[in-house]
Amino acid sequence: MDAYLLYGLAVVGLVLSLVKDKTKTTTALKKAWKAFEGILPQFLTVLVLVAVALAILDTATISRFLGTKAGIWGILGASIIGAITLIPGFVAFPAAAALLAQGAGATQIAAFVSSLMMVGVVTLPMEIKYFGQRVAILRNVLAFMFSIVAALFVGWMVSL
Amino acid sequence: MKKDLKRYSGVIVAIIAFIAFIVFLPVWRTKAIVSIVFQTKTMLLVIPPIFILLGLLDVWVPREKMIRYMGAGSGVKGGVLAFLLGSFAAGPLYGAFPFAAVLMKKGASFTNILIFIGAWSTTKIPMLLFEISALGPRFALSRLAIDIVGIIVIAFAIKAVLPKKEVARLYAQAETID
Repeated sequence: MDAYLLYGLAVVGLVLSLVKDKTKTTTALKKAWKAFEGILPQFLTVLVLVAVALAILDTATISRFLGTKAGIWGILGASIIGAITLIPGFVAFPAAAALLAQGAGATQIAAFVSSLMMVGVVTLPMEIKYFGQRVAILRNVLAFMFSIVAALFVGWMVSL
Repeated sequence: MKKDLKRYSGVIVAIIAFIAFIVFLPVWRTKAIVSIVFQTKTMLLVIPPIFILLGLLDVWVPREKMIRYMGAGSGVKGGVLAFLLGSFAAGPLYGAFPFAAVLMKKGASFTNILIFIGAWSTTKIPMLLFEISALGPRFALSRLAIDIVGIIVIAFAIKAVLPKKEVARLYAQAETID
């Protein structure tokens, strides 16, 4: 669903650009290719890291972990799993909903969802390439801590 | 050729490690292969439009405009624009990084770049609608509310502790994207 939106925007943009200026459009496409080739090594490394992380931490394993461990350790564990994995939202949300229905804590689920989206351990090679080690690591550490705060807030709101 | 080999040395190591992983740990073999195929498909699907859009942005949006709307003097408006730009985006977080680099090259301020990345990571509109239907409005909307606060806090915190020299280095690096 995400992708359709992107393709729609890209196609509209390209057509408008072509109508206005053909040379500029060619330049844009050349730049797009160069930018892509520039990050390709990091992309491929991330691909392998993600595959391994998801093989070990598949949805069933994650579910078991989030479903049984409660309390602060459960929240911390959920954040760590979320930080390591890279699952698209359309896979993660239904899984999270099923867990909630089975009695998992809203706080744990919120911790998982938040750090899943904001923290990217496996995508660090790419982030470092553009933002340097300092910013990349700092951003991920702060986002990790924040995802716990966010989880506590969401858990509290849901419990009201 | 030699330069290319050096650039791809990390990939080669990763691929060798991956082959070793699926050879020596048969328990995870199928899952690893399934997930690498799935991730490759996702990336191949999402990457072309993102890079085409960033190419178009680079060519069509003049630097002066970007500085005016999202530069250092753009104030709250610039922050809101960065937030909206990130929220209306689609695709995984790794798509945001090259896009952010082009925004930097065009003169968007660093705080706004960080807000853009934060918004892209967690407050995307299509995902929000999906989250509401899966986890309920109370869950999704309270997460959205706290996330907006978090994005701003994180952006300003990073900006505050980061030496000016490092910011300048990152901008110089973004400048080399062509």
